[in-house]
Amino acid sequence: MLELITFSTLNGVLYGMLLFMMASGLTLIFSMMGVLNFAHASFYMIGAYFGFEISRRIGFWPGFFVAPVLVGVIGGLIERYGLRQVHRFGHVAELLFTFGLAFVIEELVNMIWGKLPVDYRVPPSLDFVAFRLFDTTYPAYRIFMLATAVAMFVFLLVILKRTRVGLIIQAALTHPNMVAMLGHNVPQVFMMVFGVGAGLAGLAGVIAGPALVTQPSMAALLGPILFVVIVVGGLGSLGGAFVASLLIGLVQTFAVAINVSLADAIGPSAASLFGELGRAPLAQIAPVLPYLLLVLVLIFRPRGLFGTRET
Amino acid sequence: MTALLEVENLHAYYGKSHILDGVTFHIGMGEIVSLLGRNGVGRSTTIKAIMGDVPPVGSVRFRSREIVGLKPHQIARLGLGYVPENRDIFPSLTVRQNLMLGQKWAKQTGRWSMQDMFNIFPRLEERADTMAGVLSGGEQQMLTMCRTLMGDPDLIMIDEPTEGLAPMMVELVGKLLGEIAERGISILLVEQKLTIALKISHRLYVMGHGRIVFEGTVPEFNADARVRQDWLEV
Ligand SMILES: Nc1ncnc2c1ncn2[C@@H]1O[C@H](COP(=O)(O)OP(=O)(O)OP(=O)(O)O)[C@@H](O)[C@H]1O
Ligand SMILES: [Mg+2]
Repeated sequence: MLELITFSTLNGVLYGMLLFMMASGLTLIFSMMGVLNFAHASFYMIGAYFGFEISRRIGFWPGFFVAPVLVGVIGGLIERYGLRQVHRFGHVAELLFTFGLAFVIEELVNMIWGKLPVDYRVPPSLDFVAFRLFDTTYPAYRIFMLATAVAMFVFLLVILKRTRVGLIIQAALTHPNMVAMLGHNVPQVFMMVFGVGAGLAGLAGVIAGPALVTQPSMAALLGPILFVVIVVGGLGSLGGAFVASLLIGLVQTFAVAINVSLADAIGPSAASLFGELGRAPLAQIAPVLPYLLLVLVLIFRPRGLFGTRET
Repeated sequence: MTALLEVENLHAYYGKSHILDGVTFHIGMGEIVSLLGRNGVGRSTTIKAIMGDVPPVGSVRFRSREIVGLKPHQIARLGLGYVPENRDIFPSLTVRQNLMLGQKWAKQTGRWSMQDMFNIFPRLEERADTMAGVLSGGEQQMLTMCRTLMGDPDLIMIDEPTEGLAPMMVELVGKLLGEIAERGISILLVEQKLTIALKISHRLYVMGHGRIVFEGTVPEFNADARVRQDWLEV
């Protein structure tokens, strides 16, 4: 039981921090532009594929540092020459633009790397057991992922709270016109935030790729969860996105883990005592849990956990 | 007196409604000019169009340079400062952070330092690390003006700074306007009440229906009873 709790907590926090690496950018971009970026998860996917491509040619570490930067630059260019041009046609046009972009990126990935998962592996330098609790082992690569995510979190916090650019971003979130009339180049700040947000999602892809599966559907699988995270947390709220990321990470991980141990402990026949639910194992319910949470939040707290405006 | 700002035949629209219908006026170096008029005649819109916040049609020259078509941040960087009428502070940032955002660059080199602001309004120093959103209306008004001054403008356009303020606060605002003028900064003051405007202005403009209907000095304005009656009194 202790090991179940320990490992599930670790995995849940890890999954949650990965979600936050993407949700943070998504929610910042939403606050600034008032537009949900449907292509945000695509940056995560591009990150994974770039990481894979660089790691098989040069090595994992060059990919780890270069791929997120490339994704960030691509994100910035998409904002500058795509989204900003579409902006004058209104929010619906912007939404459709990001929607279309997600499909374009998926098809491009299909064309270049094919439909099957690619062989993006954990680098040998990180391929060992970090520690052992009772008779379960915990891979070092996961610890590395967790450390990267935490480092990024601290980085983001320091930039936002301790630097001048962070102040400008914070003010521009709510009063973009006033900030511009004080002499700050708000469109450039938006482009930077979009780029950094895309880069962070890219980094999440680079480190998650070897641990999960790097395939063309990975963006489409993740995208909806990201929306759940930022709506549950409260649109535009970074703190809310953080709490919601961890919440969903932990809930999903524990749902899967508890199911496994339930089956072990009481056997399949006892599980069916729970009727329909018992027959559909908890592990199958796990993917639904975030959406259940979404519905509950929308009913009982439409602003989200930490939001200030109605969704 | 050489003109610092020349506005010529300025038009502005909100959707289909034609708000500014050919506004023409100018402000000289170091001059204090007031723009008067009844509610809704387009005084705020005039300032916003000059700043590029509302799309301007016509000509606006700042130090002889055409600024119609520039972005708001470019216009601000040329030396135009804007103090909005709704006290558009950043409520979730502290007073000090609000003032820092007034600076256009990381290094402050202008006429005003944060300490100057604190000397003029000791209240702001006392509340330097308080969230700006919890300040009183008067304190917020001071903060908005000081924030713009931190950007070291050569011309500051102030929209209704005394609206809704207690008499003591109005006096403080007047004191700051004097201080600004002393440092050679031009002022465009938009006001409803005449008290401060008549005391400090070199020249006055009165707006009506989206255009300028009177231009003159304070004595000229005082001599013209019709203007008040037709365009100011309600
Ligand atoms: N965002 C907007 N959309 C549509 N119409 C607007 C908008 N802002 C102002 N107006 C209209 O434009 C006209 C001029 O407004 P403006 O704010 O310039 O007036 P003002 O002279 O500053 O008066 P006051 O500040 O006392 O309201 C008004 O009739 C107002 O209703
Ligand atoms: Mg007004």
